Formats: sequence, C-alpha cells, structure tokens
Amino acid sequence: MIPAAFDYVAPTTVDEAVRALAAGGEDAKVMAGGQSLIPVLRMRLAAPTLVVDLSGLTELTGVHDDGDSLRIGAMTTHYEVQRDPLVREHAGLLRLATDTVADPQVRHRGTFGGSLAHADPAGDLLAPALALDAVMVCAGPSGTREVPAAEFFVDYFTTALAPDELLTHVKVPKLTGWGAHYEKFNRVAQAWSIVAVAAAVRVSGGRITAARVGLTNMASTPVRARAVEEALVGQEATAEAITAAATRAAEGADPPTDNNADAEYRSHLARVLTERAVTAAVSA
Amino acid sequence: MRITVTVDGVDYSDEVEPRTLLVHHLRERLGKTGTVVGCDTSNCGACTVHLDGHSVKSCAVLAVQADGREVTTVEGLAREGRLHPVQQAFHRNHALQCGFCTPGMIMQAIDLLADNPDPDEDEVRHGLEGNLCRCTGYQNIVRAVRDAARQMRPGAGPDAERVDEAKLVGRTPTHTGGGGE
Ligand SMILES: Cc1cc2nc3c(=O)[nH]c(=O)nc-3n(C[C@H](O)[C@H](O)[C@H](O)COP(=O)(O)OP(=O)(O)OC[C@H]3O[C@@H](n4cnc5c(N)ncnc54)[C@H](O)[C@@H]3O)c2cc1C
Ligand code: FES
Ligand code: FES
Repeated sequence: MIPAAFDYVAPTTVDEAVRALAAGGEDAKVMAGGQSLIPVLRMRLAAPTLVVDLSGLTELTGVHDDGDSLRIGAMTTHYEVQRDPLVREHAGLLRLATDTVADPQVRHRGTFGGSLAHADPAGDLLAPALALDAVMVCAGPSGTREVPAAEFFVDYFTTALAPDELLTHVKVPKLTGWGAHYEKFNRVAQAWSIVAVAAAVRVSGGRITAARVGLTNMASTPVRARAVEEALVGQEATAEAITAAATRAAEGADPPTDNNADAEYRSHLARVLTERAVTAAVSA
Repeated sequence: MRITVTVDGVDYSDEVEPRTLLVHHLRERLGKTGTVVGCDTSNCGACTVHLDGHSVKSCAVLAVQADGREVTTVEGLAREGRLHPVQQAFHRNHALQCGFCTPGMIMQAIDLLADNPDPDEDEVRHGLEGNLCRCTGYQNIVRAVRDAARQMRPGAGPDAERVDEAKLVGRTPTHTGGGGE
C-alpha cells in the first residue's frame, strides 16, 4: 500500500527540527530510520500531515565518551551500535541486544533513539536501556530535559516525550568489565521477542557483587526483575544460586496474553530465560 | 519535491511526492522493475537494494530520502553482459524456483559478503534473515552464497560490486540442479 499524502521537511539542526515539529502541531510526526514508521504509514495506521525527517541531523549520530557514561546520539543506527568499540567495551549488553534486532537491512536504517521512542514493549533495546539505567535527553521548545529510563517508558507505544519533543541523546552509564547477555525467545527469523531477558553482572572473586536484569515484553513497558537482582547480589556465582534467583523473575511483572503466548507461559519463559541469561553473563 | 538519485550509475532527476516509497519510484518512474514488492510490512526483503553501498528494504525508505544518493539494484550488477559472481552462483546452484525473492536475495547476499567474505552456513542464514523465500527451503540459496564467496575470494570486501573480470573467466559450473551435495 501507499501512505496517505504528507508534507515533508528534513531539518539539519535540532533547533530547526523542534521548530518544525511545533509548527506542524498535533499531526506532525518525527521520522528517524523509518523502519517502524514507514510500515505504519503504508498500512495507514497513522496519517500525519507533516513528517519531520531527522536523518540530516548529523549532530545526533555517533557514540561519545562522556567520562562515567557514553552519550549515544538518537540517530545512531543499529548497525553502528553493533560495531562501536565504546559500546563493546562499556555497554556490552546493548551490543548483544542490538545484534538480535530485526535483520541486516533494517539495522542499516533503524536507530537506537527510534526504537526507544517507538516504545514497542516487544522492542529489544528497551529492557537493556532500563537495566543500564540509561537517561534520555529530550529537546523541546523550552529547552532540554533529562528523563531516566524508569520514567521514560509509560505504556504500550507511549513514552514521556511530549508531542513537540525530540529524543536527542541517550546517556548510558558505563558498566566496564561486567559480564552481559541478552537472551531472546522468538519462533522465526527477524521476529520480535515473545519474551527476552537482558542481564548484566559484575563478578569478583567468584562472587556476584552487582546484578541488573531487565525483561522484554513482560508488561506494557520494560520491567526490572528486582527480586532476581537482590537474590543474586552477594551470592557465589554458582548454578544453584542462579537457578534459585531466576525462579523470582516474573515477580512484579504483568505479562500480556496475545496470539504468541499467554501470561502464564510468558512468566515461565521469563524464569527459564533469566536463568540462561544470567548463567551466560556470569561466564562472559 | 525535486530529487536526483543515481541509480545503477545513471543520474535521474524527477519530481516526486514525499509519500512515494523508493521501491515505487524505482519501478514506476524509472522502469527499474527488477526490484520487486513482496509484502506490505517490510518483512520479505524482496525489494532489497543498496543505498550508498548498504542494503536497505526499498519499501521502507522514502524516495525523497534517496535524494543526492546512490542506489544499486539487481539490474546494475552485470558488467558488459556478464552476470555478477553472486548471480552466477545462484544460477549454478539452482538457488531459485519462482524467482520472486531472487533480486532481494542477491542484493542482500552481496551486502553480506562485503561484511563477511567467508561466511559459514550459520552466518549466511543470519545474513539473509530479512529475506523470505516461499519456494526453495533456502538450502540452495545458502549453497549459492557460499559458492559465490569461494569464487570471489580473495578481496571481495566492500568492493564486491566491482567485479574483477579476470576472476570470472575459465570457471566451470559445479552444480546445475537441486539435491544434496
Ligand atoms: C521486519 C522488521 C523486523 C523488526 N524486528 C525488530 C525486532 O526484532 N526487535 C526490535 O527491537 N525492533 C524490530 N524492528 C523495529 C526496528 O528496530 C526499528 O528500527 C525501530 O522500531 C524504530 O526505529 P527507527 O529509527 O526506524 O524509527 P522510526 O520508524 O523512524 O520511528 C518510530 C517511532 O518513534 C518516533 N521517533 C523516532 N525517533 C524519534 C526521536 N528521536 N524523537 C522522538 N520521536 C522519535 C517516530 O515518530 C515514530 O513514532 C523491526 C522492524 C522491521 C521492519
Ligand atoms: S516489499 Fe519490501 S520488505 Fe517486502
Ligand atoms: S524462489 Fe520463489 S520465493 Fe524464493
């Protein structure tokens, strides 16, 4: 199908983009990589009157070292994140999750910021962003503000971004030297997660000294498996300890029931995948 | 909007609506019907082309986004009447039945080989994850890509599109039909 007609602007600075978005009013829509938006336009699930294309905003691409954290431009593509040496060294979890997103063609165009702003609960980069305590930098008509990941994801396809705001950067605190793993469960190639688990652990002297566990598609937003994190910290990094902690993976989650899986099966998956993810992270 | 896109080495300037998808621009305005549309959801990969040297699904790119950029389609691969090594390998290994997925498969296979000149079977399957084939069961497609990798060695690299004629002569076909190796 063919999208409904719209006007199109391709600003080259964040200021221009913010002004274009404000001028376009309620029916203006930001386009990043277009890998979710263009299919949505084609199916006419959305019909914006104005599309503000961010692909000319070179200031929003690339990964920068900001001391204790990485500063990742919202327009950095999945392909670039996968290959970035800073991401590899300081945010391994993000790279591993990005490897599982879609397929090579989509990863050439789709962006980190677009995935977060799209806020599909099955999206693979939300749980890592939450587990890594990422902070979203948003720009609007009245300047910029920072929103922690825990407050950014509000509901299905809904974030804390106002309609006239852009996500410009994501600050990802460095977890250098931590082990990480992203365990994704789906049935066919290039498919979204039915459930997935993002785990990062710090092990010293055989003991788990810190743990982060985020769950994909276990609620209308990504969630942290806090009970698992608490059960892991201070334990010897043994199979028994990990298995015991993983039994608590679905505590506090609110999994959806859909054509792929019901809530009970999703809770089961969360426990099994948490065990696998933490086991792999500990030995990574 | 007025856009100028270089497609298979030729510059085309046209007036397009912003909503025009690149694949429709290629097919309907430029007559480049070698690139096909297989779905409405950007899943099938049949429409894969290269945009500035990287594979994209041309149904998930607006034509206006290709303004000033370079597009390579399956029609732009042959050199002086000789097929690209990946095209030859698809032919030799019987890597198609109805052929609808083939343009996209070939464009993605070339992208894969540019990133990884010697993929193992698993890497080929992952590299072609965004391309669906409803006929072959993929076996011969995987075989063809690995065969092409062997033929293009050494130095396929990012230059995979620039065919070295010298490497193409004196090669005998290995497989002409399906079936096990
Ligand atoms: C076949 C296929 C399979 C896929 N499989 C997966 C998968 O397995 N896992 C996965 O996680 N994703 C998957 N995706 C989605 C892919 O990761 C997209 O890249 C991503 O969802 C959106 O990123 P984008 O840059 O293309 O954003 P766009 O499509 O351009 O935008 C998406 C939404 O976010 C808004 N937006 C984008 N950027 C900003 C910004 N900077 N500020 C404010 N709002 C913004 C847009 O207005 C729009 O509403 C798949 C997509 C396809 C086509
Ligand atoms: S037509 Fe583009 S992916 Fe199917
Ligand atoms: S050969 Fe028919 S779809 Fe692949």
